[in-house]
Amino acid sequence: MFEVRFHGRGGQGAVTAAELLAVAVAVEGKSSQSFPVFGVERRGAPVASFCRINDKQIRIHQQVYAPDFVVVLDEGLLDAVDVANGLKENGVIIVNSKCDASALNGKLKIKEGMKVFVIDATGIALKNLGKPIVNTAMLGAFAKASGLVGLESVKKAVNERFEGKMAEKNVKAVEECYNELKQ
Amino acid sequence: MVVKTVEGSFAVAEAIRECEPDVVACYPITPSTHIAEDLNRMYADGEVKKYIAVEAEFSAISALIGASAAGGRAVSTTSSQGLLLMHEALFAASGMRLPMVLVVANRAVSAPLNIWGDQQDSISQRDSGWIQLYCETNQETVDSIPIAFKVSEETRLPAMVCMDGFYLTHSVEQIDVPEKKLVEKFLPKFNPEIKLDSENPLSLGVYAMPSDYQSFREDLELDLQKAKQSITRVQSEWNNLTGRNYGMIEQYMMKDAENVFVAMGSVCGNAKEAIDQLRANGEKAGLLRVRAFRPFPFGEVAGALNGKKNVAVFEKAVSLGGAPPLFGEVLCALNDLSRKPTVSSFIGGLGGKDVTVNNVAKIIVKIKDGEKRFEWV
Repeated sequence: MFEVRFHGRGGQGAVTAAELLAVAVAVEGKSSQSFPVFGVERRGAPVASFCRINDKQIRIHQQVYAPDFVVVLDEGLLDAVDVANGLKENGVIIVNSKCDASALNGKLKIKEGMKVFVIDATGIALKNLGKPIVNTAMLGAFAKASGLVGLESVKKAVNERFEGKMAEKNVKAVEECYNELKQ
Repeated sequence: MVVKTVEGSFAVAEAIRECEPDVVACYPITPSTHIAEDLNRMYADGEVKKYIAVEAEFSAISALIGASAAGGRAVSTTSSQGLLLMHEALFAASGMRLPMVLVVANRAVSAPLNIWGDQQDSISQRDSGWIQLYCETNQETVDSIPIAFKVSEETRLPAMVCMDGFYLTHSVEQIDVPEKKLVEKFLPKFNPEIKLDSENPLSLGVYAMPSDYQSFREDLELDLQKAKQSITRVQSEWNNLTGRNYGMIEQYMMKDAENVFVAMGSVCGNAKEAIDQLRANGEKAGLLRVRAFRPFPFGEVAGALNGKKNVAVFEKAVSLGGAPPLFGEVLCALNDLSRKPTVSSFIGGLGGKDVTVNNVAKIIVKIKDGEKRFEWV
């Protein structure tokens, strides 16, 4: 089983990101489970959401303590939240940032074996959506970095969630992030 | 069969819609809010016949009582303080023998204020004469909606379907939400013999003198005990249609188990994982999950625990100053056994305190020494 943790700020769509990933994974016939941090949601405050991915049915219902992947929607959170907390030894962090991964090393409590990817998802979102909402775009980056879910499945989940032009724009953002992410 | 990836709350609302209730009356309260919200939306979209946006939970249950007395299929959802506010009228609903379904998204009770999950809210309503089913998964919760309507209407007893707040209500998972056609086949139209009718006026829930009152309570108790047969039969009908089988209890790896974890609700999924891990190390661990807390399945529990060495009863509730509720029932069930296991009580998970796979595994390993324990985890 794989566990993914999304970090964002209230209103940035971290909960939707986890949910879309759960839907995308299910498209491929795997089992998934997504849930928010249980609590009171406030716009702007640091929030997290989770997604479990498994080949078999997921029986457990508990918090995620040791994620395999961490997705950070807002680089500014790195100053406030230890996003690498509990991350598995060979875990992967994907950060929405214009900087190089090496420039973030000081802020991330990275241990040997962990891997960091960066992508300018805000730039891609602004270009495609006209708004700095990066939750869908970051799923494109996650698909590429993790290999756990296919690009087509993410696009399908986005198309199910949004309608018309909004779906089209989000799909473009997903594709661009997928293509832009450097391995 | 259509398996969707959907939030537990929304799947529950869909299941309620497919049962075609005549009246839905809710006052939203966390973590049951999404269920009420979705039912309200369905009403706005013309998918639900009647949604009464009441001003408080006491009105919600009162509306259900009126609707059911007039022969309508009635349903609500609530949590925590909302359920406590319904308390007085819960007894009226069962005493008047009015079928209805209440989905409880289990949550801690104040004070201190806490919105997270445990089972103190519904457990504290255990003497109100309602059927209570505790669900491990969202699938089970969804399946329990038509089951609860059918049992309730057959037995003329109100029924609570209890799902752990947040753990189930807010999890997006793969859930097979039964289609209308299937529910229609399973659940007959509600048409009670006795109902309020302005053409043929009658009174319900009237005054009973000391010479009569007790026999009403005796009848209610007997009928609630007998509801076990209805639950068992209705669940087997559901199994025939869906292949999903629910009992009064569920046994997991119990055949040769020596050390048994007893619990209710979503923590049982964590327990199954813990038991698989312990079994991989040669431990003879098992799970007894109690699904029906009212009526309590004394015979089934006794049968399952007969000859076991050690039992840990875990519960997300406390009876302050008394025996832990599930623990007390289990001890009562074991009373007549000649080979009684050592039974320990573990209270935990209150106010959303996470009870993990590791926590469960530790408890099962701990009770192996045969010591009797009363602990908080």
